[in-house]
Amino acid sequence: MSDYLVPSASSETRAHDSLENSQFLVDLRQQMLRFASLQLQDTQLAEDAVQEALMGALKNSRSFSGRSALKTWVFAILKNKIADILRQRQRFVDADHLVHGDREEHDHDELFDQTGHWQKDERPKKWADPESAIHDKHFWRIFEACLNYLPSRQAQLFMMREFIELESHEICAAAEVSVSNLNVTLHRARLRLRECLEDHWFGVED
Amino acid sequence: MKSCREATRLMSESQERKLPLREQASLKLHLALCAPCRNFSKQMNILRRISKSYAEGGPEKAEE
Repeated sequence: MSDYLVPSASSETRAHDSLENSQFLVDLRQQMLRFASLQLQDTQLAEDAVQEALMGALKNSRSFSGRSALKTWVFAILKNKIADILRQRQRFVDADHLVHGDREEHDHDELFDQTGHWQKDERPKKWADPESAIHDKHFWRIFEACLNYLPSRQAQLFMMREFIELESHEICAAAEVSVSNLNVTLHRARLRLRECLEDHWFGVED
Repeated sequence: MKSCREATRLMSESQERKLPLREQASLKLHLALCAPCRNFSKQMNILRRISKSYAEGGPEKAEE
């Protein structure tokens, strides 16, 4: 990921112009705030992280060749800030998780039969190419809805792993879970998220 | 490999760590025989691709 941390040396100024377009900034900031709030569960911390990332972008805006490069870069900065905050956080205990942690064993019962094989109507189907999905705003609404539908602990650990790209041991330290607990939780999150995306996007006939 | 539940567990874990050879082999055998789990395997890669795109501001770049 280091290749997009450094702004390109192109002399084009379209990205710079973009930042002077207030609607563009408002939309970008909104999306960044959603992204940060989802993971930090703290509006003030999220606002601060977004603010810092945007300030960095404004300072360097002349070095980007276009809006897309700029957005990628701003989100990379934001991700690093979130990673720092998550790593520094001593603990974030989820009371719901403590109470219900022992139910994990039974969570997949509706997906698999007693022998551990897929229930007939739960079998994963073939998915179409994801490239068209990621360019479609409707898809992202579904994706965010599916994320929100996950139990909070599952969503939290999944996002630390997949969005912020922390390694297992870093997540275990920051979130105070054992490796086996993390593995179980990520497995559950992926099963659910996969099912939700198939039910509401990839498996829908058009 | 015994079950699809176990196969999906290994496929999920392989996103975090390299599986030991024995587990790799039994997973491979299961996948050769099980189409739904082959789909699941591809979907794990797609999920990662989607997540990466999301974390790079994907929704902000997408078209209405």
